[in-house]
Amino acid sequence: MTTPEQEDRKPVRVFLVDDHALFRAGVRAELAAHGEDVEVVGEAGSVGEAVAGIEHHRPDVVLLDVHMPDGGGAEVLRRVRPANPAVVFLALSVSDAAEDVIAVIRGGARGYVTKTISSQELAKSVRRVAEGDAVFSPRLAGFVLDAFSERPGAAPIADPELDLLTPREREVLRLLARGYAYKEIASELFISVKTVETHVSSVLRKTQLSNRYELSRWATDRRLV
Amino acid sequence: MAPYPCACDHLGVSSQQLVEEENATPEVFADRRLRRSGSHKIAGGVAGGLAEHLNVPVIWVRAGFTLLTAIGFIGPLAYVLLWMFAAQAPPEEQTSQMDAKERQQGIALLALGVGLFIVITTLSGSLASWFIVPTTVGIGGAALVWREADEAQRRKWRDGARTGVTGFFGEGSAKARLRLIVGVLLVCGGVGLFLFQQVSPALVPPVLIAILATLVGVGVITVPWWLRLVRDLDDERRARIRDQEREEIAAHLHDSVLQTLALIQKQAENPREVVKLARGQERQLRTWLYGPTGYGRGRAAAAEANEAAETPVSGGTLHEAIAVACGEIEDSFDVSVEQVVVGDCPMDVRLTALVQAAREAIVNSAKHSGVGEVSVYAEIEPDTVTVFVRDRGKGFDPDQVPDDRHGLADSIRGRMDRHGGKVRLRTSPGEGTEVQLEMPRKKEAKA
Repeated sequence: MTTPEQEDRKPVRVFLVDDHALFRAGVRAELAAHGEDVEVVGEAGSVGEAVAGIEHHRPDVVLLDVHMPDGGGAEVLRRVRPANPAVVFLALSVSDAAEDVIAVIRGGARGYVTKTISSQELAKSVRRVAEGDAVFSPRLAGFVLDAFSERPGAAPIADPELDLLTPREREVLRLLARGYAYKEIASELFISVKTVETHVSSVLRKTQLSNRYELSRWATDRRLV
Repeated sequence: MAPYPCACDHLGVSSQQLVEEENATPEVFADRRLRRSGSHKIAGGVAGGLAEHLNVPVIWVRAGFTLLTAIGFIGPLAYVLLWMFAAQAPPEEQTSQMDAKERQQGIALLALGVGLFIVITTLSGSLASWFIVPTTVGIGGAALVWREADEAQRRKWRDGARTGVTGFFGEGSAKARLRLIVGVLLVCGGVGLFLFQQVSPALVPPVLIAILATLVGVGVITVPWWLRLVRDLDDERRARIRDQEREEIAAHLHDSVLQTLALIQKQAENPREVVKLARGQERQLRTWLYGPTGYGRGRAAAAEANEAAETPVSGGTLHEAIAVACGEIEDSFDVSVEQVVVGDCPMDVRLTALVQAAREAIVNSAKHSGVGEVSVYAEIEPDTVTVFVRDRGKGFDPDQVPDDRHGLADSIRGRMDRHGGKVRLRTSPGEGTEVQLEMPRKKEAKA
């Protein structure tokens, strides 16, 4: 499967943030099987440790737990991002609450995967965010669709020019939510995988930009969270 | 001349008594506090409570009050003081009801007491009318106010609500509030009358100002104390709520997670069973934490959800129905079903058919796809509900399905057709299978 130029690449340096030591150990062990692709350079169990660790190690990708004491992943993002714009964050969560997940996405994480993800998929996702793409799990696609969809009884959109997804982006998100892989979406919509990634990235950017109105509060209004 | 044996003896007896008393404590002392009776009451239930406390007939107590009233109006004073300081007996302790005869008897005794008092004072001339009138007015007003307070307390017990002062003033009916106002006016009037008769008119304003100044002074001095009282109450309440939450969480974890972990330890050599248990437990805990009626949704949301559940029209929502169906299939077919639901709406007949069809589609995937994962995506739009059931398994050629296989034809297609829905199937060998179910929503549900 690996093409020659992929083999030349250096492994992605990954930093793990999760308040459960057992879970960190598990992820470390699972990622070790993909040693040529990803290398875990450090880990942290709290917000403070994470901030210090990321400053020290300067990893390529931070695998960030959403739910932690002292403010969770959003707090880590808030404290690390301004000084280290090159570090990419991927949210890795067991949480079902859209509010938590969307807060991290809006804080600047480049994607969101659930903790039930296979190690192979996780390694692939890490690689993908490191290369600048966004990674959406079906669940996150559902959250975003829900927050952006216009339904009767929902709060009106305060800022129409900013926030509506284009029909194409919506289509991509729908397929993502239905469990399609990027490659499958591409063949389904007769576009290239690169285009799919562009659409997903622009959805992510809109989600991050949409702090002019409170996306998470909106989600709460819709009893999403 | 033998003090020691005596002392010993004495000591022995007393300690034995002490032991007896200690043993007796739960039965005897629990009920020894004077409580006002709620059932045997004419004004405040003081006489009834006292009778129960002293274990004598009520009529004796009332007669005693009457006699005390005749002698210099001590009876009402004692009555009011007892009313203020004895707590109302809670409703569950009130057994028998007072009959009309007893009430008449009580009122007659009351009238007799007042009459006797007036006769005696008039004859002896010991107390002037300036004292009687204001006192009577004042006591009458006080009685009204305290009776309202009792009512408020009873209401609190009945509703089981912790309303406190706001409930005391805000909750009562207009009639109750009127009674309260009249009571307060009567008390003020009584005090005013007393004042006017005692003090010459010229002195009234300075006296009033002095009283007011004193009241304000006392108020200012005691402000820190009041604040501390309020804060302490607040802290206490918060601590209690925290404790309750902690207990609730502990109880939940004990009932769910710990039990499952114990089962998993026992089943450790049976990986399938372990996976099934873990999956079921995860789902349950997830629902508890993040579900619509879940613990993590906050009290208001939970209350709202409870209200929604109580209204008979909405028998759950589509989101819940899909979650339940997916959960059942996960448990019985040993697959993991990832469900993503966008939007939500109440269930109706069509949507029930839709969920059943989707359920059948998931079962088919679980049985025939040969993979352990099924994705379910449901999108609820203003006029349609769409459900996609997808697996990445073997797939099949729809034309090759034998005619004797009814799952897809009857359970899915037939069901959807009958309710005006559409089914689309995308599959081919090696490509996995996706069943798309589309059901129009009722128009009135939109409004």
